[in-house]
This record gives sequence, C-alpha cells and structure tokens, in this order.
Amino acid sequence: MLMIFGYPAPLMFGQLLLGLINGAFYALLSLGLAVIFGMLNIVNFAHGALFMLGAFVAWGLLEFLGIGYWPALILAPIIVGAFGLLLEKTLISRLYKLDHLYGLLLTFGLALIIEGIARNEFGSSGMPYRIPDALQGAMNLGFMFLPVYRGWVVVASAVMCLATWLVIEKTSLGATLRAATENAPLVQAFGINVPRMISLTYAGGVALAAFAGVLAAPIYSVNPNMGSNLIIVVFAVVVIGGMGSILGSIVTGFGLGIIEGLTKVFYPQGSATVIFVVMVIVLLARPAGLFGKNA
Amino acid sequence: MSAMLEVRDLNAWYGESHILHGVEFDVNEGEVVTLLGRNGAGKTTTMKSIMGLVPRREGQIRFKGQETVHLRPDLIARAGIAICPEERGIFASLDVTENLMLPIKVADGGLSLDEIYTLFPNIKERARSQGTKLSGGEQQMLAIARILRTGARLLLLDEPTEGLAPVIVQQIGRTIREIKKRGFTVLLVEQNFRFAATVADRHYVMDHGVVVDMIPNAQLEANMDKLHDYLGV
Repeated sequence: MLMIFGYPAPLMFGQLLLGLINGAFYALLSLGLAVIFGMLNIVNFAHGALFMLGAFVAWGLLEFLGIGYWPALILAPIIVGAFGLLLEKTLISRLYKLDHLYGLLLTFGLALIIEGIARNEFGSSGMPYRIPDALQGAMNLGFMFLPVYRGWVVVASAVMCLATWLVIEKTSLGATLRAATENAPLVQAFGINVPRMISLTYAGGVALAAFAGVLAAPIYSVNPNMGSNLIIVVFAVVVIGGMGSILGSIVTGFGLGIIEGLTKVFYPQGSATVIFVVMVIVLLARPAGLFGKNA
Repeated sequence: MSAMLEVRDLNAWYGESHILHGVEFDVNEGEVVTLLGRNGAGKTTTMKSIMGLVPRREGQIRFKGQETVHLRPDLIARAGIAICPEERGIFASLDVTENLMLPIKVADGGLSLDEIYTLFPNIKERARSQGTKLSGGEQQMLAIARILRTGARLLLLDEPTEGLAPVIVQQIGRTIREIKKRGFTVLLVEQNFRFAATVADRHYVMDHGVVVDMIPNAQLEANMDKLHDYLGV
C-alpha cells in the first residue's frame, strides 16, 4: 500500500477530502460573514442559524411540497435571503449608528430564537435528507474512493466562492460595494441608493449561508444545532483571514479545513483545537489577519 | 428668472453643534461662484448640506425650483448636483477607472470618456493604478473628472487646490474655466482668494455660519481691504 509520511495513502487522502469538505463550508459561511461585516459593520452571529435554516427550508420543500434538491439549491437561498432582508429592514438597520456590540448581541439573540423555534418544532435528533440520485455513489480514484456528493460539495462551494469573488472584485457592482465599505456617504452622494444596497448585501450574505445549508443537508442530518456547531470555527476563520476580507475568507476557509483534516491524521487529539491555535498565532503575528487591510 | 440654486435661511447641525445660522445665497446657471471664508466659517458644511450629507439641516435649498433640503444624497445627485469633496474622496480599493466610473449618470450632457481623457491625459495613462497611488494633483483631477461624466449641471468643488503645487493649481484653474465654457455651473469653496479671482464670477464671504457679503469678481480689487479683514490675512 502506498504510504505518505508513514501513513496509508487512503487514510491521508480521506482526511484531506474531509478537510476540503469542512473547508468548503467554512469558506462559504465566512465569505457571507465577511461580506456582511465589510458592508454593514455587523458581526452576524445569526449566520449559523441562517445556515441551519437553509437546510431546514430544503428539507421542508421536499417534505411538504415535494420539491427536490436541485430546485431547493436555488429556492432555499432565495427564501432565507428574503427572511434576511426582513431582519435587516426591521431590526438590524436600527443598529448601524450604535457600537458593534449591539449588532453582535442582537444577532446572537436572533440565532437563539431561530434555533429555539427549530428545536421546539422539530426536536434535536435531526432529520435525514437524501442525496439526489445524480450524486449517489462513489468514484474510484485509484488511491481512494471519492463519494460523488462530497466531491460535488467541494466543487459547488469553490465555484460559488469564485463567482462571489469575481462579482465583488471585477464588476461595477462590486466596485460600488467596495467603495461603500470605504465611504458610504460619498457613494450615496454619487447617486447610489446605499441603504438599499446594504439591505441587499445582507440578504446576499444570508443567501450564501443558506446555500451552504442546502449543500450540508445530505451530509449532516438536518438539525437545529448544525449551525451553532460550525459558527465558532467560522468566526475563527474570519478572524484569521482578516475581518471583511473576501479573498481572506475563501483561502483561509479551505486552507484551515485542510489543516484540520491533516491534523486528524498526524495528531487526532489536536484536530478540534488546531484552528484556534492557528488563530492565536495569526493574531499575535498579524493582528488584522492574514488578508486584513492593516496586515 | 430664478437662480439655478437658491439657498434660504439654511441652518445645519452636527450633533448638538449649530454650525450654519441662516445661510442665504444664489447661484445662476453657467456661473462660477465661490464661498470664501476663514477656517470654520461653515463653507464645507454649506456644501455638504446642499448635497444632503449633513444629517440635520433646515431651511430651503431649491435646485432648478425643486426643494431638496429634505432629500437623501442619492436623490439630490439624481436631481443634477455633484460634489467633489474636500478630501477628494478617492477610493483606495478601486483603480482609477473604477473610481472614474463610480458615480451614476444622472442625465445626458456629461463629458464622454474621450473628452475626459483629452482634458486629463494622466487619468488615461494611470487607468489601472490604484486610485490612492496617484499624486495629489492627479487625484484631484480624477475627483473632478469623475463628476463631469455624470451629466450633473451644478458641480460643488470643495477646496480643489488645497495642498497642491502652484503648477497644479494653475492646471485646475484652466480646468474650471474649461468646465464653465462648456456650460457647467460651479460652486467653489476656496481659502485661496487669489486663485478664486482667476475663475469666479462672484464671491460670497462666510463668517460664523452666515453669509456676510457678496463681492462681484470685477470689484474684488476694490474690496481687497475688506476681504483681508474678513479672511484675517
């Protein structure tokens, strides 16, 4: 059997794949958080709950309306994004002139409410969500078996991250968003409806979380805790990448997923904490994060 | 005929601080008008109030007969007023072209990109540079060029010569005269009245948040002593 650093190759590649999958979720979630923080200056603690809501909406669409995975991949982000728009318009927009802490407390409260309602209605054990037929099975890559769905999750996340990055960095809409993060009043004086742009940005960030939630539904059982389990790690990813940095979120999300996966091979007992160790080191060396503006 | 911009009894506040105390002046179509005054006289606050950038403002600001004092900045921009702010407002995360294309077109009649590049050749040469990597003079040119594209007919230029070398100041003077020739109306905030005299038709003098005098440019020399008193120079 092929060995890498004294470990069987299938074990190594298996953990690498798991790391990539986790990294895909970290990247998608931290990307949404970065977009929201960059534009709204709000630390969106409800992000994990909205990720969970994406998975629940996909489950609900299937269970109650018979709408399957592929339409849900589009519909759930739209539905949850619209819910995010409602939250921004009615609650979050009242906090822009206050300290960051108020936004954090509000969104943390919202996360508790959303998760509490889900727990009350559906229990904590979770519901299964079937992998769509087209993505069933596994491919033999020679050195390992790759479950098709897991490969799809990595590809779909990477494509979504790349598309988001391209929109923000290479389009006029993205230029307007970047300018508004620097000096929103001036951008508004240039004829752009900044309050509407802020609302849509929040909805877009939330839709990204919901998209990740739909991708996650067949992997994890659809349960009220699936967001809160991830969100702390995702915040560590955002801090390491640099608060508000789009590229930082994507690179750090995938990178830390891989580091976490490889740690499971070399030092399994450290895998749960390795991301936080990296965070401490990065904060000591570069307090603004690897890709932060003041790094 | 009524003026293009009529400002009446304009009051403005930053928090608890009452900055403008009943500012009144007019700007006619095609004119270049300056607001002169010492630091803290309220010139920039007047500009920002016209553009809707001061949160609390009262009084009347009529642009082409339309009351704009309670409008949001984006709606004021769409009505046809554009601002080149004091600190230039060049965005560091945008390149020169992105900075140039950022303001939305609000009407026909703005300069085309070719006309802008003819007027400001440096902007074309540095098209892909980060906006804030330009020299101070180039940034100022970019900030002016940016609003010429939009089709706005009233341009608010807040201290466009501040901190620039004399040769660049001359270039900005030529640009303002060219803008005027093309039919734009300009409201200019200036500390440097010698520069203002080379471009303006009339000068309003502000002190302690009110307009205290209006001097036609042709009478500037005759009023030099009075102006020195106003400006403390």
